[in-house]
Amino acid sequence: MQVRVLLFAQLREMAGARELCVEVGAGATAGEVRAAVGRERPALAGLLANCGLALNEAYVAEETPVRAGDVLALIPPVSGGER
Amino acid sequence: MSEDAKPQARNAKPRDDLIRMTAERLDVAAISEAARTDDAGAVAVFVGVVRNENLSRRVLYLEYDAYPPMAERKMAEIAAAVRGRWPVTGVAMAHRTGRLEIGEASVVIAVASPHRADAIDACHWAIDTLKTTVPIWKKEVFEGGEEWLEGTAVEGVTSDE
Repeated sequence: MQVRVLLFAQLREMAGARELCVEVGAGATAGEVRAAVGRERPALAGLLANCGLALNEAYVAEETPVRAGDVLALIPPVSGGER
Repeated sequence: MSEDAKPQARNAKPRDDLIRMTAERLDVAAISEAARTDDAGAVAVFVGVVRNENLSRRVLYLEYDAYPPMAERKMAEIAAAVRGRWPVTGVAMAHRTGRLEIGEASVVIAVASPHRADAIDACHWAIDTLKTTVPIWKKEVFEGGEEWLEGTAVEGVTSDE
């Protein structure tokens, strides 16, 4: 199934794109979609481990199953700054 | 973002709360007034502004990136949590994206409450929570280079139910 993946910050710059489409098997998890991005775009692979996952605009654990038509966002550590 | 990718709204903000991601300059007075209600004796306002120095580097400007629909959703959750924890009568939150120069406002949070201690405490909690949960990133362009600043690896935030 096709899953849309959104990229931000340094991921977006390195990929040169805001969005990718990856092909994964039915029943794939959010973590597996993230891994598929690393295989499709090896330049991003090293940054992915620090990225959180947001499925349809909600943070999810990597075990969460993904369905066709879902939108997965890769969330690098947010830039909060010092208190 | 296709409409059918959006889940059911959870923790929808009260009708009157201003919650906005924008590329336009933030109007602090307008945002403060958007939070104010006639039964509030205090409006606590936080303004985040671009600083000229960070990590011993002279900052030239910042660039903000964000996931706007999710950022607005997370800000609405913060507004709902604030309303649950303190006697708040109004909340307004706005964050800007794109290039920001030194001195420009990147984020404004205004919280209205009958009394000042609650307004100040709620505003403080809101900005601290925004900084660790809302999908917004900044790239610092400084003398000699540029860097996407990394702070907190995100975790889910659940507002008090």
